[in-house]
Amino acid sequence: MSHIPTKDEICEPENMVYSRTCLLTDNALSYCPGCGHGTAHRLIMEVIEEMNLQADTIGVAPVGCSVLAYDFMNIDMQQAAHGRAPAVATGIKRLYPDKFVFTYQGDGDLAAIGTGETIHVCNRGENITVFFVNNGIYGMTGGQMAPTTLPNMKTATSPFGRDTETMGYPLKITELIANLPGTYFVSRQSVHTPANVRKAKKAIEKAISYQKLNKGLCFVEIVSNCNSGWKMTPLESNKWMEENMFPYYPLGDIKVPK
Amino acid sequence: MKDIRLMKGNEAIAEGVIRAGCDGYFGYPITPQSEVLEYLMANKTKERTGMIVLQAESEIASIHMVYGGAAAGKRVMTSSSSPGISLMQEGISFMAGTELPCLLLNVVRGGPGLGTIQPSQSDYFQTVKGGGHGDYKMIVLAPASVQEMYDFAKLGFELAFKHRIQVMVLSDGAIGQMMEKVELDEQVPRWTDAEIKIKSPWATTGKTPDRERNIITSLDLNPVKQEIININLQKKFKHIQDTEVRFERIQCDDAEYLFVAYGSSARICQKAVLLGRERGIKVGLLRPITLFPFPTIELAKLAKQVKGMLSVEMSAGQMVEDVRLAVNGVVPVEHYGRLGGIMPAPDEVLNILEKNFIKEKSYEPHTN
Repeated sequence: MSHIPTKDEICEPENMVYSRTCLLTDNALSYCPGCGHGTAHRLIMEVIEEMNLQADTIGVAPVGCSVLAYDFMNIDMQQAAHGRAPAVATGIKRLYPDKFVFTYQGDGDLAAIGTGETIHVCNRGENITVFFVNNGIYGMTGGQMAPTTLPNMKTATSPFGRDTETMGYPLKITELIANLPGTYFVSRQSVHTPANVRKAKKAIEKAISYQKLNKGLCFVEIVSNCNSGWKMTPLESNKWMEENMFPYYPLGDIKVPK
Repeated sequence: MKDIRLMKGNEAIAEGVIRAGCDGYFGYPITPQSEVLEYLMANKTKERTGMIVLQAESEIASIHMVYGGAAAGKRVMTSSSSPGISLMQEGISFMAGTELPCLLLNVVRGGPGLGTIQPSQSDYFQTVKGGGHGDYKMIVLAPASVQEMYDFAKLGFELAFKHRIQVMVLSDGAIGQMMEKVELDEQVPRWTDAEIKIKSPWATTGKTPDRERNIITSLDLNPVKQEIININLQKKFKHIQDTEVRFERIQCDDAEYLFVAYGSSARICQKAVLLGRERGIKVGLLRPITLFPFPTIELAKLAKQVKGMLSVEMSAGQMVEDVRLAVNGVVPVEHYGRLGGIMPAPDEVLNILEKNFIKEKSYEPHTN
């Protein structure tokens, strides 16, 4: 009978094909198991490490589930007021034009309370990168209706489903800002399968590397699940996302450099 | 040779911040202070000192741009007038919670609501007592001349970084718009990025291998830790109250009656003191220069000397509450104010003082 390798033997350097980026801290993620935030964090930090940008990066965390992003990202970070991350990032980038500056925001933060800041940061063509995690719900506050909540979708504040006659329509803010001349690269991705994770990472790489071209704002939306807020298992929520979110928020590049 | 110019108050503080080595200004137009942004734009600050000037989409965006720049260790500021300052309260509270230094300017106009574009002092409570949420204070400087508008730019940044606190210059439409001569001083160089790292090691300038990551946040979900954060903030405010009080005594040494007034009202009362002395009334003026920290101890001393105090404000009676707290019932303290953008005249306030404290037969407490 052949020798069954122990864990320590498997972890020998010659067997290592992947390790967690050193730009994630050792703090346990506060996100629900099954949520896409952890993968999104990991991808952004991986790219920053691979591009050797840690010393040049200033991140802006939002209000929402990712309010504690700075606990997990091993970089200098500022926590912004609800919706104001684009203004905060503008202040940093204008004063440090050579730094890499990004915001990480959810749909309530970016597309409801911060709509004005979002539109204008894009319209000014600020040379920052915006990561937008869209799960169609207010996760942290307990599953209330978001600007991106789908029609008829049930939430804590639309318990009988989002009635578009009285509650309006889901806001396709990514398509909206892609129309502004100040945006340079706009892409929508997801992180729910290995293939999608790879595509998302490529988009994140572009959104980060394009910043130093100073040609405008780069924007990556990640359509994500919220299994807790949607009251589903992680697997169910991923299936529901594919069947319901993707038709309304189709994946792929929306604006690419000419 | 001295560099003396005739300037508007708003222009003077704009020139003042350039010369104080300000790195960034973020603002939104509003009367009666739009000259600040206009002056900075016209002066090509980027070419002159490297200072960034940006017109934001709102006062809310302005204050959060200030937050971002301040959290990265830069000398940054915004300016506005009353309705715009109301919009900024969220950001000011966040800067209080994160102890970020910055310079703010409120060229006060009459309220509430859109009110008027004429001068007023009705934002005292909002500024001095904390207009945003949470227990916090700002250092509040009250200029009474165009020269002080200029001087308080540099002083404001010094105090802001000395204590890691927001400094508000609480001006008004009259001081902002009127022209006086101003003596300018030498250009203070802007800090280099290397200097910023030394002066503000807490700032988010990019994590280098030699230090842990810097995080600027006002959030701590652990109530025990959050209470400690708040207690430490209060200690800082107490220290500022003990060390940074500024005021001006005008003919106070032999005064039997006292005006207490700041900003434009102090200028009016200064003239009223002269008129009073001509009438044989021994009247003086205590002019608070810092509204927080308030000259409480000085007023308590004067309360043992004078027979009465009249707080003159272009408000319905806001600072008078702090005067009464300082005097603690030792002598009568009355208030006189004009509202809605009306400025009182010197003989008007002198007559009120006489009526309240001297013509005893006709004495009627002035009601708000």
